[in-house]
Amino acid sequence: MSEHHEVASKEKYGMVIDLDKCTGCGTCTVACLSENNHYVREDESDKLHSVTWMKVYKVTNGAPFPNTKVAFIPRPCMHCDHHTPCVSVCPVMATDYNPLTGIVSQIYTRCIGCRYCVGACPYHARYFNWWDPVWPEGMHKLLNPDMSPRMRGVVEKCSFCNHRQQKAKDKAYVEGRKELKDGEYVTACAEACPTGAITFGNMKDPESAVAKLIKSPGAFRLLEKLGTEPKVYYLSSESWIRELADNALGRKRTGGLA
Amino acid sequence: MDRAWIPEGVQRCGAGAFFSWMALWLFVLGAAVSTALLILWKGLNQTNMNDYFGFGAWITVDLGVIALGAGAFFSGFLTYVVRVKELKALINFAVIIGFICYSSALLILTLDIGQPLRGWFGYWFPNIHSMLTEVIFCITLYFTVLTIEYVPLILENRKIYANPVAHTLSHNFHEAMAIFAAIGTFLSFFHQGSLGGMYGVMYARPFAFREGFFVWPWTFFLFIFSAISTGPTFTVLVTMILQKVTKKRLVPRESLSVLAKIAGWLLCGYVIAKTVDTYYWATHILPARGLTFAEQYHGYQYGMWLPFVEIGLCGVIPALILIIRRLRENDKWLALACVLASTGVVLNRFIFTVQTLAMPVYPFDKWYTYFPSWQEWMTSLAVIAYGALIISLSYRYLPVFPYERDLNPPAR
Ligand code: SF4
Ligand code: SF4
Repeated sequence: MSEHHEVASKEKYGMVIDLDKCTGCGTCTVACLSENNHYVREDESDKLHSVTWMKVYKVTNGAPFPNTKVAFIPRPCMHCDHHTPCVSVCPVMATDYNPLTGIVSQIYTRCIGCRYCVGACPYHARYFNWWDPVWPEGMHKLLNPDMSPRMRGVVEKCSFCNHRQQKAKDKAYVEGRKELKDGEYVTACAEACPTGAITFGNMKDPESAVAKLIKSPGAFRLLEKLGTEPKVYYLSSESWIRELADNALGRKRTGGLA
Repeated sequence: MDRAWIPEGVQRCGAGAFFSWMALWLFVLGAAVSTALLILWKGLNQTNMNDYFGFGAWITVDLGVIALGAGAFFSGFLTYVVRVKELKALINFAVIIGFICYSSALLILTLDIGQPLRGWFGYWFPNIHSMLTEVIFCITLYFTVLTIEYVPLILENRKIYANPVAHTLSHNFHEAMAIFAAIGTFLSFFHQGSLGGMYGVMYARPFAFREGFFVWPWTFFLFIFSAISTGPTFTVLVTMILQKVTKKRLVPRESLSVLAKIAGWLLCGYVIAKTVDTYYWATHILPARGLTFAEQYHGYQYGMWLPFVEIGLCGVIPALILIIRRLRENDKWLALACVLASTGVVLNRFIFTVQTLAMPVYPFDKWYTYFPSWQEWMTSLAVIAYGALIISLSYRYLPVFPYERDLNPPAR
């Protein structure tokens, strides 16, 4: 299996989520929904049909009261870096790894809806549009003009708000700059998080906040053993959370999901 | 009333009985086609698939019929390339079964994609790294080969053959059949393999992932192996069913025995390969990802009974029946072995399709269950109705079985 061809690029975008700061409020999910023009069905009780690019998992340490501990794990697309599972399987190249930014993007009008990528993605970060999008009367006025809505029958996922990068670049260009400053391009979830748990930026810029945070002692990634090399890192001082992040031989499944 | 279309010198049931039989299957097919239209109109929300089960009943049916249809290319290979003369009696029918299996697979695949009108993107924007691209290309090409193999048989219908153009065409097609059999074999090997490869390359899904041999995962070879060992048993089984329904001997018993014996030895080889694969997976691949064998099975639907039924009951037992001459020559044992072997390969495809996705990947996630909706069952049923219709029409009007006349001399 070959890695993506490394190209000379000064950018590789990544995210760090501090789980000790996350309160599970769900603002990131709502910000993502509104930024990316998600529609909401009348009945959203069946979560296996809901589109939630930014999904918040609630986990517990499995211990009985009063020793129960709870944490929340916000999960966007990991923008896997090694032999990206979804990109390598797509028969029509509807999903793409950009070697200049490390961003995994999706071409909705190219996708045939075979869902092979859904099967290949271990993070459940991919969502199929089971229905055509319908917005309540008048709500179309609130839609984000920078983001295309998706039709029934195609797969979609978190794009690290790729369109925001385009906007930031356009602005920099107008100002005569070639490079973006740290914090100039951030995702909607990072911008909206009230506790500042989400940091986003260029991991190749040693001065960026993400580049520093991923070197923190408590940094880890989800399902590291699978070797997908996610560009989303988590921070936590709690060892039980770090342990829950990956499979460990013979560990009893605690049913961590609450 | 359709006497003139029926091959000379063979007995067929009365037109009334035949058309009632056809009406029955047409009714089932009609109901299934209406369901398919409903799905095309309303979308895949008509199924019970969801974001956990992106693959469900249809992909299982697809992979199942493609494996069972392997009897066509493998019998073709044995007949025209290896020149096993006993199989001449069976090859036409094997081609028809293959044609049914592959055309249904293509139809269901079209239904199973979210954007059926974009189906052609697979040829236009191919991703050469995707196993599915290889599947799309090879299946289409092989279906074309099967059609080319089926056409001369249609041209041999008594009425059509009377036409000089059809006559010449049919003759020329026959001359070239060995070439098509060889091309078909090559294509089939690749797509059977890439269907297995589709799962084996999903390296972030440890249930299906198998390390590679160069660029190929082991499932690439296991799928080919399982298809060529069980596909022929399905051909034998359908032939036996047709003989039962028509109350006639259509192929010499020896032909069935020869194909069954070859399938039996291949099945032995497959069972050994699958066992070694399972052992390596359990002791190397899974632990490297922090998982245990026991964690791969859960509850009743995804229980530990699956590998035992798949490899033991539906692998070892039919393999033994097929290689033991005394059992193979007994119709009841032969039928049992064919049923078990065919069930085994469908079960294997189900496990790869559904269990791979049901297994939680996050340590904090849980198992999910999936049961097809009635719409999925109905469209799957279409394959059976469609198969019954094609087989009935072919048997009645085409000289499918070259030895039928000799085996059923007219009563004096
Ligand atoms: S998390 Fe899933 S969707 Fe995102 S890059 Fe990885 S495999 Fe693709
Ligand atoms: S569902 Fe779309 S993006 Fe996913 S593999 Fe199929 S065509 Fe590619």
